[in-house]
Amino acid sequence: MSAASIHKTQARRSKVDLAVIAPLVALVVLIGIGMALNPNFLSFANITNVLARSAFIGIIAIGMTFVITAGGLDLSVGSMAAFVAGLMILVMNLLTDSMGGGLPVIMIGVALALFVGLAAGFINGILITRAGIEAFILTLGTMGIYRSLVTWLADGGTLSLGYEMRELYRPVYYGGIMGISWPIIVFALLAILGEITMRHTAFGRHCAAIGSNEKVARYSSVAVLRVRLATYVLLGVLVGIAVVMYVPRLGSASATTGLLWELEAIAAVIIGGTLLKGGFGRVWGTVVGVLILSLIGNLLNLTDVVSPYLNGAIQGVVIILAVVLQRNTGAAR
Amino acid sequence: MTGSVLALEGVTKSFGPIEVLHGVNFALRPGEVHALIGENGAGKSTTMKILAGYLDPTDGQVVFDGQRVRFSGSDEAEDRGIIMIHQEFNLAEHLGIDQNVFLGREIKRGFLLDHKAMRQRTAELLARLECRADPGAKVSRISVPDKQMVEIAKALSRKARVLIMDEPTAVLTERETEVLFRQIERLRAEGVAILYTSHKLGEVKRIADRVTVLRDGVMVRSDLTADVTEDDMAAAMVGRELTDLYPAKRAGSGEVILEVRDVDVPGVVENASLTLHRGEVLGIGGLVGSGRTELAEAVAGLRPRSGSVRLNGRDLPAGDVAQAMKAGLAYLTEDRKGAGLLLDKTLRENLTLPLLETFGRPLIDRKREEAALDKALADFAIRAPARGMAVGDLSGGNQQKLLLAKTLLSNPEVVIIDEPTRGIDIGTKQQIYSLIAQLAAEGRSIIVISSEMPELIGLATRVVVMHAGRIAGELSGEAVTEGGIVRLAMGMDKTAKDDAA
Repeated sequence: MSAASIHKTQARRSKVDLAVIAPLVALVVLIGIGMALNPNFLSFANITNVLARSAFIGIIAIGMTFVITAGGLDLSVGSMAAFVAGLMILVMNLLTDSMGGGLPVIMIGVALALFVGLAAGFINGILITRAGIEAFILTLGTMGIYRSLVTWLADGGTLSLGYEMRELYRPVYYGGIMGISWPIIVFALLAILGEITMRHTAFGRHCAAIGSNEKVARYSSVAVLRVRLATYVLLGVLVGIAVVMYVPRLGSASATTGLLWELEAIAAVIIGGTLLKGGFGRVWGTVVGVLILSLIGNLLNLTDVVSPYLNGAIQGVVIILAVVLQRNTGAAR
Repeated sequence: MTGSVLALEGVTKSFGPIEVLHGVNFALRPGEVHALIGENGAGKSTTMKILAGYLDPTDGQVVFDGQRVRFSGSDEAEDRGIIMIHQEFNLAEHLGIDQNVFLGREIKRGFLLDHKAMRQRTAELLARLECRADPGAKVSRISVPDKQMVEIAKALSRKARVLIMDEPTAVLTERETEVLFRQIERLRAEGVAILYTSHKLGEVKRIADRVTVLRDGVMVRSDLTADVTEDDMAAAMVGRELTDLYPAKRAGSGEVILEVRDVDVPGVVENASLTLHRGEVLGIGGLVGSGRTELAEAVAGLRPRSGSVRLNGRDLPAGDVAQAMKAGLAYLTEDRKGAGLLLDKTLRENLTLPLLETFGRPLIDRKREEAALDKALADFAIRAPARGMAVGDLSGGNQQKLLLAKTLLSNPEVVIIDEPTRGIDIGTKQQIYSLIAQLAAEGRSIIVISSEMPELIGLATRVVVMHAGRIAGELSGEAVTEGGIVRLAMGMDKTAKDDAA
């Protein structure tokens, strides 16, 4: 039955095909160019380095995929990450003073980061769904609030984790299994979980339904507000997880931590083929989007054909191309 | 057609393959109010739009001042003095009243706008209409009747020779209607030709000199108003014969399954009560906008309400669709594309959306979904060229059948079907009618809401009719006739006459 139906829908699929595989094609081309220009590009060390650095944005982008699929948007994730990181460091330093360093302090710090992320996501979500504030405006507001709070916490400077704690916490970023660091492993696991959630659970299907037509979803007895809220809470928790992986990398947070992460995450989601207006999303696409963006940066650093200073320009072109491609396939429907 | 200023001669109009007007002759004479009446979908709007230059006739001609004309658009018609006042307001909500009245024809002094002159002219026009709104007020801030008055002021501000009014009193109170009638009489005395439509036959009788009845795109009769009664008009509007399009009716059992008591939906439904018996098909009739859909949505938990809804003796909480569905009540929306189906998703995703949780937790069982779709395709005779296609590419009839399958997936005891056959060809209509009869035979109870009177009469053993947000009356058995329904829907019964608002 399914084989026959796939055959029948071929005419339709062939139109969609381009959009489906475009991000993958772009990724393969990018890797090909990289290999041609620099033999070290595909080396284990380089690849793991790129992956580990992109894991933070990647983890956040997974959550962003759900928010955008359900027709929402969250501009506050970059500042939220900075705020959570700042608070986490501050509290861990205070605890080190009062109860001495050690594993419990790290545990509390991690729990705090996750909780604050969840709470921040909840605040965004509840104000968007219950108070009916436009997501763009609301998260633009909370973006400013969190950025300013972290600047205030750091008193305009940098919050640094105590030396002792930093040494203890370091392996969470730098350690790993068989040379693959923890951020990569966590990113991969979350991506797989996210993809399954999006494609095979009622929650994922509901997100797409709400983004596609909120009224239809409501009339089909989907709990629209609860699902919407859940997407923001999920994103908040993922920001918390990203921070837990990020803090041991530098052991500090400042006013410039997580700057423009929100735009990179949104760009990755869109490059991956998720519709900006909602209604359709795919997590694997987002992962490809994250890889494309970080490989462009890496490639420019490794070669001298184009100045690394043009990184942003090339990323911008890729984002615009992705959206143009989306629009064309949309019109074909 | 001597003496007419604007006339249609043998006009037909087709949208795609469907002809909606069949050879209409219609003339407007100076100093005469001519009422055009008919049921929803009879072709009134199309006729008016052709007269006002919004649409071109497919065949036949438009004659203006004795000469055949073809307007390039409504702008040209307006320049010639043919003004149409739409039922849906054509006002820029964020602009002031004066800015709206002179929109596109602003009074200027050199390069600059002459605000003072425009405001003063607007004030004069509003005063003539006895409208107290401030000429500078933003349109978004004024009341609905005031908006209607602004539309009329806009028309008055031009030198109108022909004025076409599409149900101008639908949103006016009795007092405001009186003011409007005085203006109409004044314009008539000035020699303006006026086309007037209304569902309120009493008004037609009062204000119009001549009345023409349209039915299914055909002009049925045209008389001087003095020669016809309201009943004549109603009879002419509906007189269609019923075919065996409908399956045999069945009487329900005596057991009450759904009891709706004193339901209010702020602003649209007042104090509505009704009961539904097991195995019964109950019809709800009334004009579009009489609160039928709002009542049904309130019962189904899609709208906030007060009052009680009891299903099988148990209260349903207000505003909770999921709960109503769980208790065994399902509602099929009239807005198939806007609220019924996700047009860019596949049949499978649409079918299972209301009940996804029952298709496996935490992971959805794709095979069970496909099996459910197989069953729906067979049970409802849905013809889809491909299983994986987007629902938006299906024909209207197949979309409606899929929506029916989706609504019935939860196996509800009570089904409310709002406009079961809107925009659907006759063959599919018949299929849907027999499906409804079959559901009743299975012991389910069905409420059918419809604007098509033959549908109500052909399906329902009992019909509740709504007028202006209230239940105007109930008909059952032999009393279910088009005339009876129209009478109640138009508010012609004593009981409904006192609430003009």
